[in-house]
Formats: sequence, C-alpha cells, structure tokens
Amino acid sequence: MTDQGLTPPQTVPALSATSLNKTFTVRENGLGKPARYVHAVSDFSFDLPVGSTLGIVGESGCGKSTTARLLMHLVKPDSGQIRLSGEPVSRAKRDLKQFRRKVQMVFQDSSASLNPRLTIEQSITFAPMVHGVSLRAARETAWRLLDRVGLDPARFTGRYPHELSGGQRQRVNIARALALNPRVVIFDEAVSALDKSVEAQVLNLLNELKAEFGLSYIFISHDLNVVRYISDHVLVMYLGQVVEQGPVDQVYATPRHPYTRALLASMPSPDPEQRTMAAPITGDPPSPIDLPPGCRFAPRCAFAESICDTMPYELRHGETRVRCHMADPKLGHSKAEVIQ
Amino acid sequence: MTVSENALSAQPTRSQGYWSNVWRKLLRDRVSVACMIVLAVIILSAIFAPLLTSYDPAIGSVVQRLKPPLTDGYILGTDELGRDMLTRLLYGGRMSLIMGILPVLLALLIGGTLGTVAGFVGGWTNTIIMRATDVVFAFPSILLAVAIAGALGSGLLNALIALTVVLIPPMVRVTESATTQVRSLDFVEAARASGAGGLTIIRVHILGNILAPIVVYATSLLSVAIIMSAGLSFIGLGTKPPTPEWGLMLNTLRSAIYSQPLIAALPGVFIFAVSLSFNLLSDGLRSAMDMS
Repeated sequence: MTDQGLTPPQTVPALSATSLNKTFTVRENGLGKPARYVHAVSDFSFDLPVGSTLGIVGESGCGKSTTARLLMHLVKPDSGQIRLSGEPVSRAKRDLKQFRRKVQMVFQDSSASLNPRLTIEQSITFAPMVHGVSLRAARETAWRLLDRVGLDPARFTGRYPHELSGGQRQRVNIARALALNPRVVIFDEAVSALDKSVEAQVLNLLNELKAEFGLSYIFISHDLNVVRYISDHVLVMYLGQVVEQGPVDQVYATPRHPYTRALLASMPSPDPEQRTMAAPITGDPPSPIDLPPGCRFAPRCAFAESICDTMPYELRHGETRVRCHMADPKLGHSKAEVIQ
Repeated sequence: MTVSENALSAQPTRSQGYWSNVWRKLLRDRVSVACMIVLAVIILSAIFAPLLTSYDPAIGSVVQRLKPPLTDGYILGTDELGRDMLTRLLYGGRMSLIMGILPVLLALLIGGTLGTVAGFVGGWTNTIIMRATDVVFAFPSILLAVAIAGALGSGLLNALIALTVVLIPPMVRVTESATTQVRSLDFVEAARASGAGGLTIIRVHILGNILAPIVVYATSLLSVAIIMSAGLSFIGLGTKPPTPEWGLMLNTLRSAIYSQPLIAALPGVFIFAVSLSFNLLSDGLRSAMDMS
C-alpha cells in the first residue's frame, strides 16, 4: 500500500479563505491628528465545502459585509488568501474576471441592486454579455432563469424594477446572480428586508436552486433562525473576528463561546422550554477603532479574567473552532469547565 | 427546461421607459409646453429667416431710419441705419442662439466627461479635477468670460472659448456629485462583481442615471449662456457689426432709447423671452424627471 491509499480522500472546498485581514484608515481631520485604523476583518479563515451553505452571523457592524466584499474582491485584503476550488485567486485582471464568473453576490437592498433605467431583461443579460455571451443566448438564459425563480418571463422581462414588489425584485436579483452560472453565491442579508412569508418562499427557492445548479452558498444574516434553517455550517463574528465556527447543529445545541451563547439567548424561540440560560449580554460592542488588546469580547463578557487581556487563538473542539481562553483548560482560565 | 422560440420572439409586455414617462409628464405641464412653443417658434424662424423676410439684414435705407413698428413695409420698424428690425431680429437669432447653445453643449461634453471620471474613479483623480474646477469657480462667471474674451481678443471663436471655459466648472460639479451618488449604489457594485470594466459600467449603469440632473442643469445653463453671450457682444467682445446679433443690436440701438424706446428694447425682449423659456423649461424638466 502506498501513502496515498492511507490518507483519507481530500475534498477541495468550493471557496476558502486563510487569515484574511482588512483595516480601513480613518482620518479624523487634516490637523496633524494621527491616522486611526478600523479593524474591519481580522484573521478570518473558513472553508466552504462544495454543495454546502455557510451561515455568517453577528451584530451589525461586526464586519459581515466587509467579509462579503473581501470574498468578492470588491475590496482588497491587507493580507491573507482566498482560494476558489483550491486555486489561489490572483488580482490580475483576467483572473479576476474568471473568478467573477464563478462567485456571485445577492445584496440586501433589492431595489438599489437593480439599475432603475434598465428593464429586468437588460439587468439579467448584462453580466453574461460582459463575458462575451451573445444577446440571443443571454436573453434565452434570462428567460429560463426568470421562469425558474418563479416569475413569468413574458410578463416581467420588459418591466422596470420600480414596478416590482420587493420579493419579485429579489427573485430577479437571484436570477441575475445565476446568469453567469456561478459555483458560489454570497447572500448579504439577501432576505432580511423581505416579510416573513416571502422570506420563507425565497429560502425554499434558494435550497432548490442549490441542489439543481450544484451551488455552494455563503449566507450572511443577523437572523439566527434563518441561518439555522438554511446553513450546514455557521460562523459567528464579533468585531471582525470569527469567535466560533462549526456545524450548525453543534453550535446551536452547545455553543462554546460566551458571545455565541449570548446571541443564541437573545434569539426569539417559539418554545419557552428551549430558552437558554446564558450570561445576558450587556453594553454595546466597543468601537472597532479602539479595540481591546486581548479578547475582543472581554469587556462585555461575564467570565472575563486577567488572562483575557491576551489575544485568544482559535481552538479546535471536535468539529467546531472557538476563539476563547475557556475552550482549553490548560490555558489557565478558572471557568474553563463552564464551556465543556 | 428551454424557452421555446415562440416565447422568445413574442413581444413581452414592455413598460413605459423612463424617458417616455418624462416626456408625457412634460406635455401635461402647461408652462413647459408654452416655453417649448416659444422656443420652437423663435428657433425655427431664425433657421428659416430667408423664407420669412425679403430684406437683407445688412442693407438699410438712410431715409427710413428709426421708423416705429407697424410702419408700411416694416412690421417691427427700422433701426438706426434704416434696416428692417424684424429681419435683423430673425437673422440675429441665429448668432445669439448658436452662441448661447454651442458653449453649453461643449461644456456639457467636456465638463460632463471630467465630472463622470472624477466621480467614478474617485481618489486622487477626483481631488485634482475638482480642485482645478474650484479655481475657475472662484471667479464670478461673467467677469471671467469678459477677462478671457478680452485677453484672447474679440471675435466669435474667442467668445465661444470664453463662454465654454466659464460654463465647464458648474457642469463638472453637477456631474461629479450625481456620479458619486450613483457609483455607491449596489447595482454598480453588482456590475463590478460580474467582471464589467469601468467604461462598460459608466456606459450602461452610470450615464442613464446621471443624465436627468445633467439635462436639467444644462437647460438652465442655456438661459445663462444666452444672456452672457449677448453681454459679450454688447461690450464688443463677440459679434462684429454689421452681423446682426441681439446683444450687439442692443448696443447700437442705445442712442435711440429716447427717440424710439420700443425699437431699442426689442432685442432685449427676445433675449428675455428665450432665456426665460429655457429657465422655466428646466424647472418643468426637473419636476418631470423627479420620479422614482
């Protein structure tokens, strides 16, 4: 037997990131005040297995949207690497254009993400035509996709965005994202603005499309129920850092990071028996400009001790990864058993 | 699942486009319609002046000087050299309108391009273009136009250059702010995320959305430009006699202000009518385009 036979088959993730960092510079005024930095995303790593959905949750301002823009290469990371099907993505023009065929995005604001002067058909055919598809083929794709997302092409292709409802517009945006036949679709709060019944329809549509087109999803949301419903893996962000990530069932059943617990405790549950008794979260997240030197959650954490003034690493805990000193008893946190 | 050929060739329910909506709204506004009629009459009669009058605008008869309006053969009277006023006003409209409209079109082209680039590219490019614009902006426009035309020497081309230079900065500003607004919208981001290049994005996604404010602004600039070009001719920096031009006619008829005030005021009436019409039309356009 060779070595190869012994190693388990490695599956290449559809999209992965290693140690992404992004800092924005804030200049308060031009009068000699030193520039300050907003740590939008720090040491951000994940793998997105083919055919799965990764949910990203966190409070507003925690860097979820910056993460999406980093993954889309709409902003340039300061350091770190993004891999598409195992291949590093360079920022060379031609590579980026190819990358953009494979990774598409659906935005939160369904009306701002459609050009008000273009018909629905023109909006959907735009991207394929940028990539050299003929008008005729692009139109055919647009009609097929509109039909697939549940909008009658004969009625909708010639319309303008303001004549559609929010749910219809978001369906158009989904069709638009699929027009390039991508491998990965990033949804940045894509269903947050829809009302609940429409949201449910769109979520089911997304699940169908994922299976049908062999897609992988990154699903950014502040709605923990939605993330639980649609995701296979979940990633919890706090102030630009991943504090916990793992299979969605495990994270929701046994959250290990105090922040994840607080988040889940704040989640409205239909069943009163399910209520988690966790440390209530107090105060606002500190400004991402003046970050605490150690654990970023320490100022709001009920379990904070002196060791929390040092930056915790991501610790493996079975299939989940937790960035907390309590995750490893050897680190000397007195309450380490709390999260076991 | 493929869409059948029939479905593709069938004409889908096509909604009213933005511009046809604007046009319909404009036609419902009485003031705008009145302005468009006034402008159409003046512009068409200037173009077809030779068909409307048999006089030569440059040749007069000394015995027929400063006849009041409605004199035999001279509907609007004659000027200080005995030339038919109506003829001179019609022919003069050609020069006045050209000198009012052409600088605005040139400023729209140059200023619009600079503003779009500044707004879309941002960063240093924006800073350089906008600060350079501010320098020109710091001077009162009519003074600057006089100064430039004076420095270049009198003449039509120089007056044209002076007016264009003066009109570029406001055009850059309006375009830049409109572009900056549109650029930050998600559909531009989405276009970028689908791999479209800058020029394609500007052509497909930016221009259509900034055109409305730019057209409104350019229309209001037309009323300013008409007055400024007449002003330049009035002080002798534009058209040269005997070419008829409204501003120049105002100047040469100054001496007649006491003997024939009606005649002396006629070119001013035309300047006023055209300028006001453009101004009101721009207001009408603004409200017609203001729909989301």
